[in-house]
Amino acid sequence: MTRSPNLLYSDTEDDLRAAVRALLADRAGHRAVLDRVESDSPYLPGVWTSLATDIGAAGLLVPEKLGGQGASHREAAVVLEELGRAVTPVPYLTSAVVAVEALLALVEDGAGEGGPAAELLAGVASGRTVAVLAVPLSAGPGAEARPGSTVTGVADAVAADVFLVPRADGLYAVPAGEAVVEPRTPLDLTRPLAAVTTREGNGTRLAGADAARAAVRRGLLAGAGLLASEQLGIAEWCLEETVRHTRERHQFNRPVGSFQSLKHRMAQLWLDLVGARAAARAAADALAVGGPDAPLAVAVAQAYCSKVAVRAAEECVQLHGGLGMTWEHPAHLALKRAKSDQIALGSAGAHQDAIAVLMDLPAPA
Amino acid sequence: MTDADELRSLVRRLLDEHPPATTDRTDFLKARFDAGLAWVHYPVGLGGLDAPRALQAVVDAELAAAGAPDNDPRRIGIGLGMAAPTLLAHGSDEVKRRFLRPLWVGEEVWCQLFSEPGAGSDLAALGTRAVKDGDDWVIDGQKVWTSSAHVARWAILIARTDPDAPKHRGITYFVCDMTDPGVEVRPLRQITGEAEFNEVFLTGVRIPDAHRLGATGDGWRVAQTTLMNERVSIGGARIPREGGMIGKVATTWRDRPELRTHDLHRRLLDLWVDAEVARLTGERLRQQLVAGQPGPEGSAMKLGFARLNQAISGLEVELLGEEGLLYGDWTMRRPELVDFTGRDAGYRYLRSKGNSIEGGTTEVLLNIVAERVLGLPPEPRNDKDVAWKDLAR
Repeated sequence: MTRSPNLLYSDTEDDLRAAVRALLADRAGHRAVLDRVESDSPYLPGVWTSLATDIGAAGLLVPEKLGGQGASHREAAVVLEELGRAVTPVPYLTSAVVAVEALLALVEDGAGEGGPAAELLAGVASGRTVAVLAVPLSAGPGAEARPGSTVTGVADAVAADVFLVPRADGLYAVPAGEAVVEPRTPLDLTRPLAAVTTREGNGTRLAGADAARAAVRRGLLAGAGLLASEQLGIAEWCLEETVRHTRERHQFNRPVGSFQSLKHRMAQLWLDLVGARAAARAAADALAVGGPDAPLAVAVAQAYCSKVAVRAAEECVQLHGGLGMTWEHPAHLALKRAKSDQIALGSAGAHQDAIAVLMDLPAPA
Repeated sequence: MTDADELRSLVRRLLDEHPPATTDRTDFLKARFDAGLAWVHYPVGLGGLDAPRALQAVVDAELAAAGAPDNDPRRIGIGLGMAAPTLLAHGSDEVKRRFLRPLWVGEEVWCQLFSEPGAGSDLAALGTRAVKDGDDWVIDGQKVWTSSAHVARWAILIARTDPDAPKHRGITYFVCDMTDPGVEVRPLRQITGEAEFNEVFLTGVRIPDAHRLGATGDGWRVAQTTLMNERVSIGGARIPREGGMIGKVATTWRDRPELRTHDLHRRLLDLWVDAEVARLTGERLRQQLVAGQPGPEGSAMKLGFARLNQAISGLEVELLGEEGLLYGDWTMRRPELVDFTGRDAGYRYLRSKGNSIEGGTTEVLLNIVAERVLGLPPEPRNDKDVAWKDLAR
């Protein structure tokens, strides 16, 4: 039997959670998010700096000698649980996880020791620079890069200072000022999407083709694995909010939460949540350890948690009745984030296909 | 307080004084009990050392490494898991001294006389009567779903002592002698063809008042100790990846490419993910217990385990195609051990139907999760303050 993953939360992780939760409650409540969500930039002023720089969350995955906090995916996962709960618009998953992990791959590979990749990594780890990997949000760890100068569906492109652009001959860092960013209207307004166009030859080449492929894959694997923690956070908030509402809401002279048909649905969601927590923790721990188990743990967590988040958000809307259909109530923020997350970083089906390969459970010939 | 090193030295002394290779199995187990190494969290003199429960693993590992015999816990699961904690919490000193040692050693098997034909999910509505007669109680009634009744020496029993009180308040808890001439055990054949369980008919069975656990009328509260431990013991075991039923289907899938279809492939992968997540959930629960942070996740395990076993075994029968039309053997047998994963796919499919019924139905457990974990309000009830004798039945 392989090593058992550590599936609990440490005291340090609990402290980090408390700090992030306090920040978001104070500065990025659902009301504040809703007020900005239809503007050109849904990002709340100052929240990114507080989270990324003051709390130091942007550098959790980066060793101290490279300018980061020297923590791990376990701590970053806790940050993402909180960002999921609050459906916060910040470029955390894109910059502090996917881009950081891709840059780390280059620096640790030796290709970028002391070079432009390391310099960029230190900037991103400090939270001063937002870097975004120019791939569609839907691309999972197994996705093949599509050649072409325009990439559609890039998340948080409007927040980027630098794009990491995979090209046939390697990975390039292109300043945002040299790229054309065309925003689209996203289903999830809290994670803006845009088409990003760069010109061949623009930017600085950070690594060759092979190293670039490995770096992109590693970035997307970490992104997919930690997205499970965001999904866990969404589901957790949806269940808590639904329980609170159905305890207070009275119809037929009793709390609607006393009806067995509703209780069973919420109890079932709680069971799903217990599983999602174990799966998300296992993925975060496997990524932190960096062993050969990580791709399987990530695929299991994504295949499971993406469904749980959507189910929880859909139940949240339904069990809130008419209130759940209003723009004013934040249930739709969770629903739109959960539904988008189902497609982000590889669908559940794509992750199941990965499991079929890893576990030798092949499809019919 | 006892620490791990002290326990190791106690284990070494036990092994020196009673070398397993040359000691009779029962004698060794009795010596282990007397050394306080049976269940270290139990009191001194009753098989334990008042040590933290987590340290039991240290003892078990040392003894297993030395090749010492164990007490075959699967055979005496009801005694260990349900009777013992209840005897410990509610028995007199004399009762504890009389019963716990032969229970743990396995000399005396226990069974549980709780469910009745008219009292399943609503166990507190039970109708088996206990009437005081001098220093004895006289029991009349019928119990059902009693595993091990045909091999049991003793039973834990709940019976109605006050029909005029509301149902939860008129119940008393007893230790029942299964060799009493008024006890009749009949096998209860189930949908698998076997009879794992029994019906137990109680006619004029006499129980001395000294074998009452807890106060007269307080049996429902005493029974909570038993039932809490039952739910912990069902579905709480640690399993490796593909260790449960999913491993059987996965092996068939790998070995038999001719059976594969696209529809079955998607469903297999869905269930494989669910089974792996259930395994991780169990592992997380185990880590919480070791860290001294027990959570309510135990009830999730039992519910998930039932649903998964049913879905996986159902898929397995379907995957087997023509072979799925066959069944190994319908012969009526009385197995001593419960076996969820043994035998063929058809047996597993049928046996797992019981997983969502035994030890609390899925429907009742979901109510418990909703009310005790999530804090949702109870449904309005009309049976709590009515005398038991006036309830509809």
